[in-house]
Amino acid sequence: MIEISSIYKRFEEQTVLNNVSALFDDGKTNLIIGKSGAGKTVLLKCIVGLLTPEKGKIIYDGRDIVSFNKKEMMLLRREIGMLFQNAALFDSMSVLENVMFPLDMFSDMPYKERVKRAQFCLDRVSMLEAQDKSPDELSGGMQKRAAIARAIALGPKYLFCDEPNSGLDPQTSLKIDELIHDITKEYNITTIVNTHDMNSVMGIGDHILFLADGRLSWEGNKDEILHTDNETLNNFLFSSDLVRKVKEMGNK
Amino acid sequence: MILVDSIKTFGEYILLMKRVLSQPERWRVFFRRMLHEMYQLGVNSIPIVLLISFFIGAVICIQLKLNIESPWMPKMVVGYSTREILILEFSSSIMCLILAGKVGSNITSEIGTMRVTQQIDALEIMGVNSANFLILPKITALISMIPMLVIFSIAAGTAGAFAIGKFTGIMTPEDLMVGLQYEFQQWYIWCSIIKSVAFAFIITSVSSFYGYRVSGGSLEVGKASTNAVVSCSALILFADMVLTQLLMQ
Ligand SMILES: Nc1ncnc2c1ncn2[C@@H]1O[C@H](COP(=O)(O)OP(=O)(O)O)[C@@H](O)[C@H]1O
Ligand SMILES: [Mg+2]
Repeated sequence: MIEISSIYKRFEEQTVLNNVSALFDDGKTNLIIGKSGAGKTVLLKCIVGLLTPEKGKIIYDGRDIVSFNKKEMMLLRREIGMLFQNAALFDSMSVLENVMFPLDMFSDMPYKERVKRAQFCLDRVSMLEAQDKSPDELSGGMQKRAAIARAIALGPKYLFCDEPNSGLDPQTSLKIDELIHDITKEYNITTIVNTHDMNSVMGIGDHILFLADGRLSWEGNKDEILHTDNETLNNFLFSSDLVRKVKEMGNK
Repeated sequence: MILVDSIKTFGEYILLMKRVLSQPERWRVFFRRMLHEMYQLGVNSIPIVLLISFFIGAVICIQLKLNIESPWMPKMVVGYSTREILILEFSSSIMCLILAGKVGSNITSEIGTMRVTQQIDALEIMGVNSANFLILPKITALISMIPMLVIFSIAAGTAGAFAIGKFTGIMTPEDLMVGLQYEFQQWYIWCSIIKSVAFAFIITSVSSFYGYRVSGGSLEVGKASTNAVVSCSALILFADMVLTQLLMQ
């Protein structure tokens, strides 16, 4: 469980996050939604400690990371898996080496077991047959899946995904979403996903936070979101034709 | 303004080096990466070093023969001067300037690309000290390979001088040989190696620094590579002046 309270983050004149508080439960996919530039990435980076907020608390299961020093932060990060917008696989290594990398760095398993663990993770995301390929030989969706395998290699307690669907076709997006959702349930991970994809919202939104103008504008789950009277949220939601139709059908 | 900026940049460089020069997380992983870098930065530079040194050695020999030699000067002057130029300046300083172009821009673009594609963020998120992980193996690899490159360069340059004497007949190989061996000082070879080790540190650390602080897109990576090579070259020449003064006294 991750709790954030009263987060402020400013870049020079621009206040990007203004008093954001939230609770992210484990075993649930928590979504942060909002249009481009709303501050989703900045919020996620604050939560993982790549950025430091001006004010506020970020509490990982009772540990406030804002007061952490470098060493404590490094140790915490071994419990974190992160999926970046462009997958961020190490392009000098093969897919298998990428997944093995966190194990090489942080586990004391012998070589054979590390290979086995990495292959297990790759199998979990159905990427075992591509283990010897290099990342630039993979399609966007396969890169994302390999990155998920790398993120879960050490059995993380926390998983963060920044726009996991950007640049993917709807069908592949759906598969990635389901994978993230299933893994979260399976290993009881605290998962936070940034997205502006309405399909993800309707598919895996156990807990949804809507960010607008740096403030938390709405909070709820995927069933409640269709019946909200929050105007900014409605404008955001129903810019998608598909969702509008779903809502109309639901109202009939 | 420029002064303030350069002091700030220097400060950032020092802070980065503080993170770089710490103990690696896993020695096993470190040595594997260092071996890889020794190959990439060192072994892959051997052809260009041999090629350039051979021709420069030959050209120095021709120039000296045509411009310096006169009837009242001993015949061995050409060989002697060629050797001294190669050992004292060319095979350390100039060779490192050439390497700054090849190795430096390569390092900057590699690390810069990792920065803009979030691979460095990915390392940090995993709890890896990315500066140490990426940069230290490069520094140690080039420092350990550079003495070999210097020796190769001196050898290739001498071979070039020798070849020109032998095949064009502008002077007899015997005269050249006498000059090449005249008053040989082993210390000069050591000077050359000591200087080159310092230059290797400059090349790898400065170009890594430029790559590591890239922000933006691929355009910025290109700009950073150019800036890295310019800075490396200027710093090498400056360090050359200081070290030569210190070592040659
Ligand atoms: N490092 C930075 N420096 C200055 N401004 C930034 C920085 N990172 C993000 N911003 C600004 O913060 C705002 C939110 O950005 P971001 O969180 O990336 O949006 P998104 O919701 O699309 O992920 C944007 O207006 C952006 O310009
Ligand atoms: Mg974003």
